[in-house]
Amino acid sequence: MTQNLRVKSSEFIDETNRISFKFDGKTYYGFKGDTLASALIANNVHLVGRSFKYHRPRGIMTSGSEEPNAIVQLNPNSNITEPNARATEVEIYEGLEASSQNCWPSVNFDIGGINNFLAPLFPAGFYYKTFMWPKSFWEKYEFFIRHSAGLGKSPTTKDPDIYDHRNIHCDVLVVGAGISGILAAKNAAKNNFKTLLLDEKNELGGSTIFEANEYNKINHNLASEWLKKEINELKNIKNLEIKTRTSVAAYHQYNYLLARENLTDHLDKKNKKNKIRQRLLKIRAKKVILATGALERPLIFNNNDRPGIMLSSAVKKYSNFYGVACGTKNIFFTNNDSAYESALSLHNKGIKVEAIIDIRENSDAKIIKKINDAGIKIYWAHSIVDTRGYKRLSRVSIMKLSNDGTSVTGSKISISCDCLGIAGGWTPAVHLYTQSGSKLNFDEERKIFIPKTDTKEQISVGSCGGDFELDEIITNLNYKLKNFLNINKTDFEDITLENDHETSKRNIWLLPSDQTIGKTKPFVDYQNDATAKDIKLALREGFRSIEHVKRYTTTGMGTDQGKLGNMHALGIIADTAGVKMGELGTTTFRPPYTPLTFGTIVGRNVGEFFDAFRRTPMNDWHIKNKAKFENVGQWKRSWYYPKEGETMHQAVQRESKAARKSAGILDASTLGKIDIQGSDASEFLNRVYTNAWSKLAIGKCRYGLMLNEDGMVYDDGVTTRLGENHYIMTTTTGGAANVLGKLEDYLQTEWPELDVYLTSVTDHFATASLCGPNSKKILNKIIPDLDLSDDNFPHMSFKEVLIDKIKCRIMRISFTGELSYEINAPASYGEAIWQKCIEAGKEFNITPYGTETMHLLRAEKGFIIVGQDTDGTMTPIDLQMDWIVSKKKYDFIGKRSLYRSDTMKENRKQLVGLLTEDPNIVLEEGAQIVSELNQKPVEMLGHVTSSYFSPNLNKSIALAVVRDGKNMMGRKLFVSMENKNINVTVANTVFYDEKNERLNA
Amino acid sequence: MFLINCPYCGERDQQEFKAGGEAHIERPKQPTELSDDEWAEYLFMRKNIKGVQFERWNHAHGCRKWFNMVRDTSNDEIKAIYKMGEKPPTQ
Repeated sequence: MTQNLRVKSSEFIDETNRISFKFDGKTYYGFKGDTLASALIANNVHLVGRSFKYHRPRGIMTSGSEEPNAIVQLNPNSNITEPNARATEVEIYEGLEASSQNCWPSVNFDIGGINNFLAPLFPAGFYYKTFMWPKSFWEKYEFFIRHSAGLGKSPTTKDPDIYDHRNIHCDVLVVGAGISGILAAKNAAKNNFKTLLLDEKNELGGSTIFEANEYNKINHNLASEWLKKEINELKNIKNLEIKTRTSVAAYHQYNYLLARENLTDHLDKKNKKNKIRQRLLKIRAKKVILATGALERPLIFNNNDRPGIMLSSAVKKYSNFYGVACGTKNIFFTNNDSAYESALSLHNKGIKVEAIIDIRENSDAKIIKKINDAGIKIYWAHSIVDTRGYKRLSRVSIMKLSNDGTSVTGSKISISCDCLGIAGGWTPAVHLYTQSGSKLNFDEERKIFIPKTDTKEQISVGSCGGDFELDEIITNLNYKLKNFLNINKTDFEDITLENDHETSKRNIWLLPSDQTIGKTKPFVDYQNDATAKDIKLALREGFRSIEHVKRYTTTGMGTDQGKLGNMHALGIIADTAGVKMGELGTTTFRPPYTPLTFGTIVGRNVGEFFDAFRRTPMNDWHIKNKAKFENVGQWKRSWYYPKEGETMHQAVQRESKAARKSAGILDASTLGKIDIQGSDASEFLNRVYTNAWSKLAIGKCRYGLMLNEDGMVYDDGVTTRLGENHYIMTTTTGGAANVLGKLEDYLQTEWPELDVYLTSVTDHFATASLCGPNSKKILNKIIPDLDLSDDNFPHMSFKEVLIDKIKCRIMRISFTGELSYEINAPASYGEAIWQKCIEAGKEFNITPYGTETMHLLRAEKGFIIVGQDTDGTMTPIDLQMDWIVSKKKYDFIGKRSLYRSDTMKENRKQLVGLLTEDPNIVLEEGAQIVSELNQKPVEMLGHVTSSYFSPNLNKSIALAVVRDGKNMMGRKLFVSMENKNINVTVANTVFYDEKNERLNA
Repeated sequence: MFLINCPYCGERDQQEFKAGGEAHIERPKQPTELSDDEWAEYLFMRKNIKGVQFERWNHAHGCRKWFNMVRDTSNDEIKAIYKMGEKPPTQ
């Protein structure tokens, strides 16, 4: 392949380093330093994609991250393919493969192109208007819409690359390494500020570095030559860290910025290997200098989207930086002087410029003379009314503009061309500035939004601050830097500057055509195919807010976020609605500035590190014994232990029977444990639990219920008095952290006078819960010296013992209704103690059981699980647990709320038991309960909260919350399911051993 | 992402902290004496101002201490930070 548009060698391109790559299956060559875009243009490839909605052929439009059209699929044939990469940012490497998006079967012949001819059928809001009726059809429509929606294809397998995060703290962060950013960073670092300079490109110097305008001079040299020397000096400066290929994605409050550093995307496969691909920099800067530059605006005219129509500044960059001509017959279309610089650059490199079309009447810029000398024809006060060429621009038609700029007159002139550079002026890149929460001002004369304020922590310099001309940039930068850094002098304040000044301005947001607007296609948002017509339609249909127009027309909603066309959209709205742009405001600039990979965002937090699990000390034993696990909060808990061939149901039934018949053992280590000490510990418990604690004897345990201040049940658990001023509280597994937080809150803010200390000891103890009629015999084998008689060690009491010299705490408490002991061992001995229990229990067929069996056994006893049988709307009275609410205590958390009119209402939902008429039917948890079948609308009385088949009762049991359930004992109700109604009877919540005889069995 | 000057630890990233709602709402010492309306006022009613707001914050992933913050909710400027029990600054 010949690179027939490679015109002149460039110092930024290494022509000795030839690189082959594939685009749409074809092999091409480029050089080291090329982007995919510059290499494609050099190879005369201009058609690179299709537009999203109309499938119009599109080419490369820009030379940077603002690119709306040339978005490509990388590694298209791999399952780790990546969509929506901007060809203007992708640096080529040996073996790179990319392809076009939004086209089928190929970019040259795309069936979706038919949409272009059907365009009148796809106005703004097409989907909203078309697919609304009949409503029930939406699902069918959606199927087809989904198929044609979306850009590119997603990867199908796990991302194999490594990503990383790094925290950076610096004194001064400079964003953008154009001339302003470089001078700012250099002076900050020289004055002992720890400075970080970031730029999204691979080269420093911004647009000045390839500047060839001989009217812009610094110290009598070309600005580009002078800047190169400055850049060379940077490497000798201490305190300065420079990162290229690093795009700042977000600017949050308090100078917290996120940036993506691209480390290996430009390397070939061999060099990528085992390296970190991208790194998210989390930067906290004392001061931020924004030097993000400006984006060139397109011009909005009929058919302004053909391949070959590019930004004027991009045409210049391809020629001056990459040594690539974008066409052989170039035309420029402009409303300002900058296109003349581009034209002259091309001319000086021997690239043919046919004409310049300027919407202004004239310009007195010095460069005009050079253009005239070069013999380039200038059409003053003309506008392009149409363009031709399907897959590549072939000609433009121009006409004379009327004085008011709203129409065109005279005869049409047709000019043949293959590249059109459009120059609509410059938009300061204020994205990051506004993300930081700062406000914009509209400069009516220059039609730009500029930063309203500089602060002690943040300034905007250079063109992002609204300074476009060299002398303006340098003078203001000097002044701002000295104030901002509080320094007396900069190292550039004595340089001499020469530059031209632009005096003639004319701005027309939507250029007129000789055809009515209905017949034209003036694209405002290229990526989303939103035209000026769509915006006008939205206004006619009553949309006024810029945010609404944006969403209705999808203007600015592509992966480029409308970096090119948003200003024109605003301008067209303002002109059409007759309001001032400054009053209209802008849409919100949201992060990220350019798209981020998910990999960058999550960094190392993938796989098992995504959300770390907590595992108990007995975890290995559970795995060895084939436990199935369930997630409870952050914990991995044993759910059940299936034997060979057993279903979950069979395993749970077996475990449940064994625990009541002989012995079971449960890993209860996950329960929250809070150590409470201090002379006011008893008083503290009195205030946080509903029941009384002052009289609890040392060595005794008590169940407590904790409410929120609104009277609703918050947590429960057993607390043991270990000493005069020492308690250990247990909480639910999921509630542990919140309970500790709540208790600390009260202690610090409401009751600072109490002498109480709280320590979370959840992780310090492993808990084996032995349960069943044989548990006493097993414990006796383990600790023969301990007197386990009911007199010495009764229910709800505690003993501290030594097991193999290990100090353990044993509580005789029960969540199953069986005789039960909880052995708390130091965590590191947890598995040993557990093993000991298993060994000792062998002769009694000790059966390990998991959370499911625990839930079943406690449901047989009617014990609640906070969070399952309660949902933050249940008081203890609603739970029929009046017995635990002290009448004598003056106050406790939530007490007053129990006497609010609402909580005292008779017909609140209350916890009851439910028995099914057919004992084999197990209700579904969450199922709705009704009393009438033929009522419409039917009144929902409540729902099932817990439901199991009880092997010990040989019938189905359930707990439920039912309106006025307390007064419904014995009532027949229905559980309403999709296809049937199940007959149930309201029953007591305690299904098994109502007299609690088994606790002492 | 705020940079919060914990009165016990110094400047730390916001992700170490937990917001705890409006500050200076004291739990009534004698709740039983209050009418339903008075209790509801304490329990439910909170200000949601655009502008200067007094808030409670907790250094949850640090020293776990609660403290007070004066913050302008319109621009997230932290105007003052002071310990629990200390008098709020007068404007």
